[in-house]
Amino acid sequence: MSNDQETSMSAILLEQTDRLLGEQVTKEIISKAEEGQWPEALWKAVEESGLTLAMVPEDAGGVGVDAADALRLVRRSAFHAVPLPMAETLLAQSLWVSAGGEAVEGVVTLAPCNPVDRIGIAADGNGFRLSGVARRVPWGGKAGHVLVLATDAKGASHLALVPQGKAKVSARRNLAFEARDTLVFDGVTVPASAVRAAPDAVAGEGMLILGAQVRTQQMIGAMERCLDFAIAYANERVQFGRPIGKFQAVQHMLAVAAGHFAAATAAADAAIEAHGSRDAELAVAVAKSRAGEAAGEVAAISHQVFAAMGFTQEHPLHFSTRRLWSWRDEFGPDAFWQERIGRLVCGNGGDSLWPLLTGT
Amino acid sequence: MLGFRFDSLTLPAHAEETRKRVRAFLDKERKAGTFVPHRCSWNTFDPEFSKRAGAAGFLGMTWPKKYGGHELKMLDRFVMTEEMLAAGAPCGAHWIADRQSGNQILRHGSERARELILPKIASGECYTGIGMSEPNSGSDLAAVKTRAVKVDGGWKINGSKIWTSNAHRAHYIIALVRTEAATEKRHEGMTQFIIDLKAPGVTVRPIRNMSGEEEFNEVFFQDYFVADDMIVGGLGEGWNMVTGELVFERSGPDRFLSDYRLLVELINRVGKNPGERQAVEIGRLVSHLSALRRMSTSIAGMMERGENPLVQAALVKDIGTSFEREIPEIARKLVAVEASLDDPDDRFAETLSATMLYAPAFTLRGGTREILRGMIARGLGLR
Repeated sequence: MSNDQETSMSAILLEQTDRLLGEQVTKEIISKAEEGQWPEALWKAVEESGLTLAMVPEDAGGVGVDAADALRLVRRSAFHAVPLPMAETLLAQSLWVSAGGEAVEGVVTLAPCNPVDRIGIAADGNGFRLSGVARRVPWGGKAGHVLVLATDAKGASHLALVPQGKAKVSARRNLAFEARDTLVFDGVTVPASAVRAAPDAVAGEGMLILGAQVRTQQMIGAMERCLDFAIAYANERVQFGRPIGKFQAVQHMLAVAAGHFAAATAAADAAIEAHGSRDAELAVAVAKSRAGEAAGEVAAISHQVFAAMGFTQEHPLHFSTRRLWSWRDEFGPDAFWQERIGRLVCGNGGDSLWPLLTGT
Repeated sequence: MLGFRFDSLTLPAHAEETRKRVRAFLDKERKAGTFVPHRCSWNTFDPEFSKRAGAAGFLGMTWPKKYGGHELKMLDRFVMTEEMLAAGAPCGAHWIADRQSGNQILRHGSERARELILPKIASGECYTGIGMSEPNSGSDLAAVKTRAVKVDGGWKINGSKIWTSNAHRAHYIIALVRTEAATEKRHEGMTQFIIDLKAPGVTVRPIRNMSGEEEFNEVFFQDYFVADDMIVGGLGEGWNMVTGELVFERSGPDRFLSDYRLLVELINRVGKNPGERQAVEIGRLVSHLSALRRMSTSIAGMMERGENPLVQAALVKDIGTSFEREIPEIARKLVAVEASLDDPDDRFAETLSATMLYAPAFTLRGGTREILRGMIARGLGLR
């Protein structure tokens, strides 16, 4: 296929996704999902459109879009505040297939999801035994399967596809009422067929980096939604005889928000381009921390522009801002990634910073 | 959707070749001890350095060879500037001429002006300043009062300009002047002229800045005669000229690397095993810098394609100069040091002091933060 054709194919997929989600992800659906009602019809529509298998190669039953396009889809899905583990399933299915497994039906989530939790794995008869606690697992109690990154006694990484019902689940939610359950693997046994050597992309702590990549792209989508809402409202809402967007104080707030958004987007674009390369870790660290900081600023400014209206359940702004406040902390908060960058940079000394920034 | 975008851009191989050439030049300069990185910035005026940079082919890089240029791309020039800034090279003498004035003369000047001025800028021997602000015309640039009246063969100018960097040691300034009385259409009736600072009728009075240095000036015109062919752009085109050069003025790496050397000294001072807070704050600065560099590169790519991304340039300058202002404030929190202007034993303290005294200018020069935010708001569809 020529580049042009590829470009237009991914553009079409992006447009179709946008239309599907724009039509189906209504305020009612998100609200009900937040009250605990699983949006089955929406999930089916998302599955049928191929989004959950977007990154799985065509010969393995997937859609076969490249990682960059898949990440752009994730960004767009977050613009619509999709109340589903779409990004998690998309990522988990592709990881499992790349490790030699077969794509499975339904929701797949992944664990662990933060820099602290570790799951151990050891041989047990003909299979394996998993031990450890994974906190804040997205839809951990709902997913048909959990893809677990586990480490054996020798330090080697494995992926284990664990069906629902094996781990002990405590229901937890993040600020956006998204399920973030605690899973206790108390000597959970799985057959050998459900365990694979982890591909290089996730060995060690790669799951953390991939998760941070996904949350970064989601934050970009949600910030864009906030700004769309806030700019439109500033042009509509009349006080003192003119739209509040005509006041410098409001203009400058929104200009600041736009600056944060643009910088975060630049960093997130760079992270997409670095995906799968040896520069990915630094690019994701930069992007997750830059987007995390921007998320706080954009959410705060959007609420300030909306005043009391944005503070109500009625207006949809909070669907986006509550997600931003959650996502910036998941898979390592800003400070975690900033510290990592700082240690790298200081360890190399001041004169090494410029070569690092310019990739030379 | 926002009304503007920053396209992705990977620097082409020729730009990376240019980077190697610039680094080799700078290595040689450093080894010869021609400049002290932690005491320099793009404001450090050093004509000898400028001449060597010109001789090495780093000035007027994008201009035609017949005017002393090197017919390279915008992205080559972008890489040259970021390498110079990161190295702390003393670029002050040639900076405005190479960044801005030369491009204006090339694009909108007369043939005589091009032949007279451009080769000397490219060789690092001719320096320029910007004559926009006046005592009663700062952010409100259209309020300029300096007046030119038509005389035989040219124009006679009376009035004054202020805050003109380097006018006391430069050769020319490009001044925005009223050629018609102001009407309700305030942006009309202005024209840009190339002013020869050594000619009769011009007086330059340096204004000492708060760190005691003479860098900016007041420039007075008393019946100063300027020939017709020293107009830049058409008669009455001054406003378009001024807004056309803003993208050169605002989007480059000089809007986020002005105090890069302080960041380097901070990292060195903190050492290889930073405390948690030091690592977090330094990591944050690096993530900001990384995003800014990408945005600025993106704009250079758009300029290369002939676009004029004014809103993006305003945005890069707003967040870039805010970043520059943050560096000294964060540095002093991470390292307990009393700033000192003359402590040869403590490079960090010295750089911190110099930056502290210069930092207020970062968010003023080239368009205040408040003016920029107004432009961004317009780009967002709010005005």
